[in-house]
Amino acid sequence: MTKKLEGNVDIEALKLKKGDLVKEVEELCGENLFGCYQCGTCSAGCPFIEDMDLSPDEVIRYIILDRKEVLNSKTIWLCASCFTCAERCPRDINITKIMEALRQIILRKKIDRTDLTEITKDEKETIPQLAFVSLFRKNIG
Amino acid sequence: MKLSYYPGCTLKTSAKNLEKSAFAIMEKLGHEMVEMEDWTCCGVVSSLTDDDLMHHLAPLRNLIHVEDAGDEQVITLCDMCYNTLKQTNLRVKEKPDDLETLNLFMDRENDYKGTVKVVHFLEFLRDEVGFDVLKKMVKNPLKGVKIMPYYGCMLLRPREVAIDDAEEPTILKDLLNALGAEVIDNPFKIECCGSYHTIQQKELVMNRAYRITNFAIERGSDAIVLSCPLCRFNLDVRGKEAEKIYKSYKQVPVYYYTQLIAVALGLDPEYCGFDDHAVDPTLLLKKKGVFEK
Repeated sequence: MTKKLEGNVDIEALKLKKGDLVKEVEELCGENLFGCYQCGTCSAGCPFIEDMDLSPDEVIRYIILDRKEVLNSKTIWLCASCFTCAERCPRDINITKIMEALRQIILRKKIDRTDLTEITKDEKETIPQLAFVSLFRKNIG
Repeated sequence: MKLSYYPGCTLKTSAKNLEKSAFAIMEKLGHEMVEMEDWTCCGVVSSLTDDDLMHHLAPLRNLIHVEDAGDEQVITLCDMCYNTLKQTNLRVKEKPDDLETLNLFMDRENDYKGTVKVVHFLEFLRDEVGFDVLKKMVKNPLKGVKIMPYYGCMLLRPREVAIDDAEEPTILKDLLNALGAEVIDNPFKIECCGSYHTIQQKELVMNRAYRITNFAIERGSDAIVLSCPLCRFNLDVRGKEAEKIYKSYKQVPVYYYTQLIAVALGLDPEYCGFDDHAVDPTLLLKKKGVFEK
């Protein structure tokens, strides 16, 4: 079953070799993705699951199957690193770090997710500073 | 004893009331808390990729400044600063090679020896002061005020840096009990508020705020108490905005725990900075007669 994913990253341009996605992710996050037995605990507890196109357990499966379109899923950008999945995983896999690894694969190719000029003056004046720092850390390479 | 305090960006800008009320409490308790010198931003989110040492520099630099000043511990008020500083502190202790690389990279600072302990203010109140001591000092008990404690993420996860049980925390509940309030439990107390999505995905965060608060209201809660400046903004401001989407939904006031302690200890409400909230927090306290006593 193929899902249509929304993002706009040109996967070809990332020049990932065939079969390389899982290696790349494991190297960045230091987690063993093959330890996942697809129980779905991560997805059941995720506060953003309703807005995601791929559930976190599906993301892991996509990586293992080398389906690079996972890099175009909304899921990896919706994850706000709340660590709920990492805390609850019965296989002790830090899914939060896997999401970060996927973001980093894109960000390290100098592809930004956030356009700073879109942030309005009003937003800059009212929203707490730490929100901006974390947004930039998460969405800008 | 002089206590070293690390503020962070938000405490100096949009969460001045959290800082002010915390300082007022410390003065009342007879502790001297002094802002550390030469602090910088902590980076807010901890680095999550193994090869990314660069983003441990900012927190480490702050820890070195604490160590150089001869302090053994540093107190933070912001949950995200607490989490970031503590995660870096743990990482350099667990991986001495990483510490060596980081030490080599920094020219002007002394090497970090790993002697600093990062402490959250709430943790300090529980472990060093004791909630029973606070209880004896209460002048205006929050009698009849039904409050839901909201913990968010950064105090509890990852579990290596948690100040309490990651799934069933009780620290805010114990504090509220000591202040005489009625505690309303809510399974949403440990769920993420939407964090930095508040900038680009306002509706998503409004939804989160609605879900969390509405459940509390259904269980009879009059208010929410929390500790993180970003959670406060999301639940209070975005929650208020959610009133437009959800008819008949009415946002309840959101307090910092320091504000409630200050009120209960009978400190001047001026220390609480109640003006900075979207939902007026004073109305409920007046209604319940906490202020008039």
